[in-house]
Amino acid sequence: MLDVKKIRNDFPMIKELEKKKAIYFDSAATSFKPQCVIDRVNEYYTKETANIHRGDYDLSFSVSDEYEKARETVRKFINAESSAEIVFTNGASSSLNLVAYGYGQKFLKEGDIILSTEAEHASNILPWFKVAEVTGATIEYIPLNKDGSFDIENLKKVMSDKVKVITLAHVSNVLGYIMPIKEIAKIAHEYNAVVVCDGAQSIPHIKTDVRDLDIDFLCFSSHKVLGPSGVGVMYGKYELLDKMDPFMLGGGSNARFDICGNILLKNPPFKFEAGTPCVEGVLGFKAALEYLMDIGMENVEANDRMLHKYFMDEITKLDNVEVYNKQSETSIVTFNVKNIFAQDVACYLNSKGIYVRSGNHCAKILLNVIGVSETIRASLYLYNTKEEIDYLVEVLKGVTLQKCIEAAL
Amino acid sequence: MMIDNEFKRAIIMDHYSKPHNKGSIDESYKSVHMASDSCIDDITVGMKFDNDIVKDVRFDGVGCTICISSTSIMSELIKGKSIDEALKLIDEYYKMIDEKPYDEDALEEANAFNTLSKQANRIKCGTIGIKAMNILLREEKYGK
Ligand SMILES: Cc1ncc(COP(=O)(O)O)c(C=O)c1O
Repeated sequence: MLDVKKIRNDFPMIKELEKKKAIYFDSAATSFKPQCVIDRVNEYYTKETANIHRGDYDLSFSVSDEYEKARETVRKFINAESSAEIVFTNGASSSLNLVAYGYGQKFLKEGDIILSTEAEHASNILPWFKVAEVTGATIEYIPLNKDGSFDIENLKKVMSDKVKVITLAHVSNVLGYIMPIKEIAKIAHEYNAVVVCDGAQSIPHIKTDVRDLDIDFLCFSSHKVLGPSGVGVMYGKYELLDKMDPFMLGGGSNARFDICGNILLKNPPFKFEAGTPCVEGVLGFKAALEYLMDIGMENVEANDRMLHKYFMDEITKLDNVEVYNKQSETSIVTFNVKNIFAQDVACYLNSKGIYVRSGNHCAKILLNVIGVSETIRASLYLYNTKEEIDYLVEVLKGVTLQKCIEAAL
Repeated sequence: MMIDNEFKRAIIMDHYSKPHNKGSIDESYKSVHMASDSCIDDITVGMKFDNDIVKDVRFDGVGCTICISSTSIMSELIKGKSIDEALKLIDEYYKMIDEKPYDEDALEEANAFNTLSKQANRIKCGTIGIKAMNILLREEKYGK
């Protein structure tokens, strides 16, 4: 069991919202940061500012050392084999684009198939549209069930030797379903396809072991896992990183180059990290992952699942609410109040101090599957409580169109 | 025009539940599609002109209460007016949204949005349809 009271105390934003009696249910968009992360970033600015991998002086040396230790912390967090498989980027979108560009555009060719689903975030599908355009490969979608959930049998039906890449979110940002990534990877590997896993929504909530799951690439953002914005990770198996291209060239990524244009790139992960990275962000990210590991990801996961189940049980009791992802297991509840437009409800909730997100959540093609374009998403994290859920459910019970309009006046 | 919240709510409810001038827009209309990423309203507005008269206004699509009702009310206001009169009305509407002095009498039911400026996150909803009308009117008057 988590000591939620203690945890809430670690988050200045929670205390800030408590003053306003407001509740945050949008952690799927971004998470709050614990004090230790904020302190870590601040410390870099106040006591440790220096560039990395360059100076001959103590300060630069020790910051470089911390930066590399952060890589090791990420390795440990996802149980990668080597920290050389951890590439720091600007975020999940950056990482996903890097895989599509550096691997997809380099190795795919006409006739190849990229498999994905209709529930993907724009950041995990648009880069592959580009790969298809440039290489002549085609994108096909693994059919989803009526409620948007995934069935491994549907993958088996569309799998073939032509499939070179399967790219999907481990946890969908709209419906919160957990994909059976391990089984998917097993099938993919039987056909020599690589699996690109968008971990933006899974890394914060479920303990992820890239070796056990046998994922080829895993992409995620720091800001959704209690860390600073502007930092993300592209994990890749070393032999894949070794043969793929970087997205950017420049300082820090080359070992040497000459006037004739010959470039000798460094080995992974450094060949992908041209230019000065978000150093303070990476150091803060390390603090965030350490914070979670101190609590224990098993405990975070169990708590998120418990809260989610409680949320589902309570909200599905309401007659005036339609829930779209009843089969989901963690963190995200997607719903509408019957006969009221999602945005009107979200604005009403805002007037009651409840922060949720309405919209199509950057997964625009999911509309084809669940049949509604606009939904309200409430997403949870370790600092949320049952009392907050009770309050949301209470407010939803009484929502009417009149009240929604009034909230806008 | 003195208008209390109850009255404003009634106007908005009315135009939301039974929007005026809403329905499919055929080829004989000049139309513009408005959708934005930050807001989920997604509507198309169409107009027909007879010399410099706005002969008809229609709109279609999905949107929240504020988007649908504001588009409905303004479509009703500018229909049958000259292009210049219509542009003037739209100008007054924007003044209201920008909290500047404006001609209350001219805006009639659109006064229901006279406090929308206080809800920064809803201003887009209350102006998306009006923006479309503005584009169509200006294109007609000045050419593309
Ligand atoms: C499933 C999924 N993939 C990718 C992203 C993109 O993450 P970022 O905006 O941090 O690059 C998000 C963020 O909303 C997401 O939910």
